[in-house]
Amino acid sequence: MSEHAILLTALAILLLPLLSYAVLFFLGKKLPRQGDWLGTGLLGVAWLLSLRIFARFWAVGDPGLRIEGGVRWLDLGRFTADAGILVDGMTAVMLVVVTTVSFLVHLFSIGYMHGDRRYERFFAFLGFFTFSMLGIVLSNSLLFLYVFWELVGLASYLLIGFFFHKPSAAAANKKAFLTNRVGDFGFFLGILIFFTAYGTFNYFELFAAAHLDPLSGGLLTLAGVGLFMGCVGKSAQAPLHIWLPDAMEGPTPVSALIHAATMVAAGVYMVARLLPLFDPNALLVVAYVGAITAFLGATIAVVKTDIKKSLAYSTISQLGYMVMAMGVGVASAGMFHLWTHAFFKALLFLGSGSVIHAVHTQEMPLMGGLRRKMPITFWTFLIATLAISGVPFFSGFYSKDAILAGALAFGMTKTHYVPFLLALIAAGLTAFYMFRMVFLTFMGKPRDEERHHHAHESPWTMTAPLVTLAVLAVVSSGWRGPSEGWFSRFVAPYDMARIVAQAPGAPHADEVHAVPAAAHDEHALPQEPHGEPAHVEATHEAPAHGEAAHGDAHDAHVRHQAHLTAMVLSILVAGLGILVSWLTYVRGRISAPAVLARLPRVHHVLQNMYFFDEFYAATVYRFTLWFSWLNGAFDRLVIDGIVNGMGYLTRVLSWFAGLADRYVVDGLVNGVGAVIQGAGEGFRRVQTGRVQSYLAYACFSVLLLVFVFRAL
Amino acid sequence: MTVGLEHYLTVSALLFGLGLYAVLTRRNAVALLMGVELILNAANLNFVAFARFVDGGVEGHIVAAFVIVLAAAEAAVALAIVLAMFRNFGTVNVDTVNRLKR
Repeated sequence: MSEHAILLTALAILLLPLLSYAVLFFLGKKLPRQGDWLGTGLLGVAWLLSLRIFARFWAVGDPGLRIEGGVRWLDLGRFTADAGILVDGMTAVMLVVVTTVSFLVHLFSIGYMHGDRRYERFFAFLGFFTFSMLGIVLSNSLLFLYVFWELVGLASYLLIGFFFHKPSAAAANKKAFLTNRVGDFGFFLGILIFFTAYGTFNYFELFAAAHLDPLSGGLLTLAGVGLFMGCVGKSAQAPLHIWLPDAMEGPTPVSALIHAATMVAAGVYMVARLLPLFDPNALLVVAYVGAITAFLGATIAVVKTDIKKSLAYSTISQLGYMVMAMGVGVASAGMFHLWTHAFFKALLFLGSGSVIHAVHTQEMPLMGGLRRKMPITFWTFLIATLAISGVPFFSGFYSKDAILAGALAFGMTKTHYVPFLLALIAAGLTAFYMFRMVFLTFMGKPRDEERHHHAHESPWTMTAPLVTLAVLAVVSSGWRGPSEGWFSRFVAPYDMARIVAQAPGAPHADEVHAVPAAAHDEHALPQEPHGEPAHVEATHEAPAHGEAAHGDAHDAHVRHQAHLTAMVLSILVAGLGILVSWLTYVRGRISAPAVLARLPRVHHVLQNMYFFDEFYAATVYRFTLWFSWLNGAFDRLVIDGIVNGMGYLTRVLSWFAGLADRYVVDGLVNGVGAVIQGAGEGFRRVQTGRVQSYLAYACFSVLLLVFVFRAL
Repeated sequence: MTVGLEHYLTVSALLFGLGLYAVLTRRNAVALLMGVELILNAANLNFVAFARFVDGGVEGHIVAAFVIVLAAAEAAVALAIVLAMFRNFGTVNVDTVNRLKR
């Protein structure tokens, strides 16, 4: 597979969902089965192509290798922008995540959305969403990243509000869109700062330029925080996480897609991709925001009784982990968690969808005892729960462990222990609330006999994705951490020396450079795939050192220590969480209402999600309303005053003009008439009609003339 | 006392004045025509007098002869009009014949 073939394959992966969207949008109603097979099939092809690229990069095993290609998109003299595709290890991983989850969600939706009035439209939107996300993943410039970023926002708007006849869904998609706009504002500012400073949107040209000639301190931090704001909005980080729980109003497959593969992953991917553009101060902000989000999400998830809401806060918490990983310098661990999380979180959402489909409620207190009724759903859900809780030998353990180790090492080297502690508490809480969910939903006695009686296992289109994802939830980690396992073949810290060496001296001036950028250097792909990594750079750190790209031996030592400590601690807190959950919800040794009754304040705060919505209602909304009122008052008083004043002035002037017309113009006209009439009256008397009098006038006139001329 | 140019001109002026007076004051169309004859004859007298005393040629006499012919033609035409007028309106008073004015 040559570079050209890889680029074309990537392009095909990008365009297949778009094709699905276009066909289903315009022709969906006319196709047999409303075209669900088409959307699912095209996604299946995209998935296979993604696996092909994935396998290719696996074979090469060089995370620094990248293949770029593009065309000149815009040429406005000094300003040029290219539309390009970038494929490297991270892209390959993301392609597999996106297409796998999207494909399975398509498959699941065939059962779940069966009989919906806008069935074909749903599949069209799924295709559009997948297309937008793939655009983010494949873009090689900030400009197109931003374009697809906004397309994802639009697609999420369409899908969250898919049941737009429900007022809550209509409000939720508006909220998601507007909240994202707040983050995107900062994102755009960050992009503009970098473009203004370096004159290019291309990632790697920017990296090289920023590496050789960094922006002065404050501006770099500002730009980094700006970029991160985009992530805060898209990846639902505190304090802009409020849209995500409300986004549960969308159909459950959409939740799975948003939470596992597409929208929220975009922010994490963006930070990981643009990591060289963040300076240490910005990364500190990232670490703290991530840790706080992880903690907030986990604590709220504990008290939620709505299964999807609880999962939504779980997602917020896990995203906090990933973002924190970016901040504490273990970006590959964050990407690894994104990878494992995509599968088990999609599984959890689809599993909850299967449950909701069966019992027609989202309230866990109305469920219970579904284990025997829905065995496949139960076992797959349990596997996902074990994975997210961080039980050893399940995928989530390895990724979460790597993040916690990174956070601890960060704490030890930088003396910022808060992120690690928050993340550790969140890990324990995660185990607790996830098992609470399993126990409340599947174990014990049915609390609503009526619903339990009607519950049944879902059809194969729904259970097949569950089983597939369950397998992936176990094996996707490969039982090794991100820095020593197979994942290091795909994602590793950027090798700045190599990026700088590959960067063109100046931006290309030629019109079209379809030639892949990597073709210029000596690190071209070998034509024959073979297992050995093709080029192991001398500058590469040994994979075992993981993220210590710019660390020293001491740091490596700290990391090694941190790794063991973090692993032991994370197993301990996870076990503790599971134990407490078991004691509470299975054995009944701890009474949840009693505990909550003894902590009324805490319960109140958690039940109201830390009053974020109320806070925004009291500040942002109120300010907006007040400001709108002020603008309205300004309009009413000043603008309307000016307009009405102009009107009044015009009327007065018109009255004067009327006067002038009436008396001057009309007076002139009538005066002329009157004078002429008067003159006519006078001359009429001269014209008697008697020839003799005329003759008399003639005679006298002649006499007069004679005298006159005599006088002359 | 010799009869000079001024005597002729005085008689002529008197004739003209009488003729004009008749033309301006008479309401009878026939009397009016008679006034016109007086004016024409006053002019004739002038022509002849100037021819005799100033010019010495015969052009003035010739013009006078023409004017006499013209006066005869004019009288014929005018009397015909007066006859037609009388036939139409039953009067020769020029003041009552004013249909065009209305």
